[in-house]
Amino acid sequence: MISKLSHVSFFVLNQDSAYDFYVNKLGFKVHTDAPMGPGMRWLTVCPPEQPDLEITLMSITEGMMFTAESAKAMRDLVAKGTFGYGVFECRNIYATAEEMKAKGVKFKKEPTKEFYGIEALFADDSGNWFSLGQKGEQ
Amino acid sequence: MQAMTDKTYPKIYVYRRIVQSKMFIDSHYADPIDLDNISDEAAFSKFHFIRLFKNVYGMTPHTYLKFVRIEKAKEFISTGMPISEACSLVGFESSGSFTTLFKKMVGLTPSAFQIKQLRHKSEIISKPLRFIPNCFAESNGWTN
Repeated sequence: MISKLSHVSFFVLNQDSAYDFYVNKLGFKVHTDAPMGPGMRWLTVCPPEQPDLEITLMSITEGMMFTAESAKAMRDLVAKGTFGYGVFECRNIYATAEEMKAKGVKFKKEPTKEFYGIEALFADDSGNWFSLGQKGEQ
Repeated sequence: MQAMTDKTYPKIYVYRRIVQSKMFIDSHYADPIDLDNISDEAAFSKFHFIRLFKNVYGMTPHTYLKFVRIEKAKEFISTGMPISEACSLVGFESSGSFTTLFKKMVGLTPSAFQIKQLRHKSEIISKPLRFIPNCFAESNGWTN
């Protein structure tokens, strides 16, 4: 029986820039940062209150995983904002969004009351988008 | 500035002031921060400020300041920095009170935490494949 999710991958255009975004702007913790040879790096981060979920910030480079053609296609799709990876939760969405905006994070949708809770949409530095949610009122 | 209640301004301005106070703590954790000054800057009475801050972040500003100082100390200590230097860099004057708080919040003494972190970092560098699921390692051509 599956018990939990331990790793999930976000494809990013630049790992250095993604490190800055997820660690310095979102406040995530670095779990593992291992150089894996020239131009290669295994970089995982965790949401502050979820230390056992590793988010792999995967670079899109030609190699074993991508051919040159598929890497280019993937980079183009990411940059266009094609992929939405998930929903992050927070205690207070208005305060969280204000802090993220103060740190330069771009929002595609301001915090809005929906029938399922309060939701906002933001994009990372590569173009991947995420929902930011708060369940119920404070 | 005269203190105001959250009914004076729309909610978003109240949140903005609380967020600014939190970010002030984030960047001035090493200074002797006076919470009276922060509440004045935020234009709230001290009592009202503490209540709003706790409502947003789940802890009082004072507890949050202690949390930030210990989190920063963990970062510094993990680089191999001497404990006494880290203690001073995060705004503690007494190494005794620093060590007591660190152990209470982290569960380890600063030196035990440092040994553990440096060993972990060294292992990541020397044996990185122990930290990477094999499916990912293989798909990237990373083998022993």
